[in-house]
Amino acid sequence: MPELTMNASGQGLCSCHVCNLVSRRGHVAPAHCPRCGASLHFRKPGSVARCWALLIAAYILYIPANLLTMMETGSLFNYRKDTIVSGVIELWRTGSWVIAIIVFIASVTIPLLKLISLTLLLVSVQRRSKWHPRQRTRLYRLVEFVGRWSMLDIYVVTLLAAVVQLGNMAIVKAGPAALAFGAVVVLTMFASMQFDPRLIWDPLQKERNQ
Amino acid sequence: MDLHPAQLIACRYCDLLQREIPLKPGCAASCSRCGAVLYRNATDSIDRTLAYTLTAAMLFVIANIFPILTIEIQGVSSQINLIGAVHALWDQQMQSISLLVFLTTIIIPSLELITMSYLLLSIKFGLTPAGYTFLLRIMRFVEPWGMIEVFMLGVLVSLVKLTSSFKVIPGGALWSFGALTLLLAAAAASFSARDVWARLDRTQDEEVAACQN
Repeated sequence: MPELTMNASGQGLCSCHVCNLVSRRGHVAPAHCPRCGASLHFRKPGSVARCWALLIAAYILYIPANLLTMMETGSLFNYRKDTIVSGVIELWRTGSWVIAIIVFIASVTIPLLKLISLTLLLVSVQRRSKWHPRQRTRLYRLVEFVGRWSMLDIYVVTLLAAVVQLGNMAIVKAGPAALAFGAVVVLTMFASMQFDPRLIWDPLQKERNQ
Repeated sequence: MDLHPAQLIACRYCDLLQREIPLKPGCAASCSRCGAVLYRNATDSIDRTLAYTLTAAMLFVIANIFPILTIEIQGVSSQINLIGAVHALWDQQMQSISLLVFLTTIIIPSLELITMSYLLLSIKFGLTPAGYTFLLRIMRFVEPWGMIEVFMLGVLVSLVKLTSSFKVIPGGALWSFGALTLLLAAAAASFSARDVWARLDRTQDEEVAACQN
């Protein structure tokens, strides 16, 4: 029995990204999974370039997302405009600490963590780094898992803007930052889907083969 | 090298080839190189997932019909349900946000619930569901975009924000969303795509054998 310490791709084997069936694949013509018919690739095609494109777009939109108004609140007595961060500070100031922490994690920490982590992963893959592959894979899984939770603020703004429509008494409107922030969440989710974590392990395999 | 590819499993995260081993119920096999979970032996995977999915589908209907919450101040009140919120945002010139919320909380979850019920019910009755390869591919693609649990947290945060200025009356949909979040988590935990593929492969083989006899 041969020792199984090798990559599937090194053996001309390819696992289907839909049904995970491992099958043999030639290096030339496009191939399809014999079980589910999805197209087979050793690595996601154009992974690094596409991921960079989405990530750079997300970085650019991250600026208006944080600088512009997320939510406008008006009532008989006061009127205020809140950005993401000022919204969190306001929650903290009014004593809702738990909620303030949840919103801070979902709208500030997670998007930043995603942007920085994906940059780190992309740079390390491009440099064919052999640095802590297991940790980097774990980081990728974390990014994949927590990404969706940044949508929290979008839902909060939607609900508040929809329900607080009491004419002169109180009114809430979603601001332009909601648009930018929504785009950041969607773009970073697509970016993390485009990234292929198997690229992290490829440089190590090359070394073993030599 | 005379290993049959079907007995092998390649880690989704690091591409390491490994052999499948039988697992005890409730256990999971993880990759020996990167530690990712390769597959699980979920007990009664298909039956349990089907039960959770059907219950979730009923709750989802309730969650969409009834109001999520009502706010009241000095005799003026306002009520909201999910589709109403989507509609209100659309009217406030926030079409893209409205569309994003519509897709992630209504369209994709209902698509998932309907597809899963159809696939699992067919399997349960020993049939090969028509177009299952296509449907399972779609499911794989839309899976990250169903965000009911995130929406549920959004409802709770909104609730706390609203109580500072208004009298807030929770609506029926609020409880349904809470239960729905738990059920969807349970369904996701008991579902094993690997079992479904294996079961469908076996049914097909049997059909082929029956034709040959």
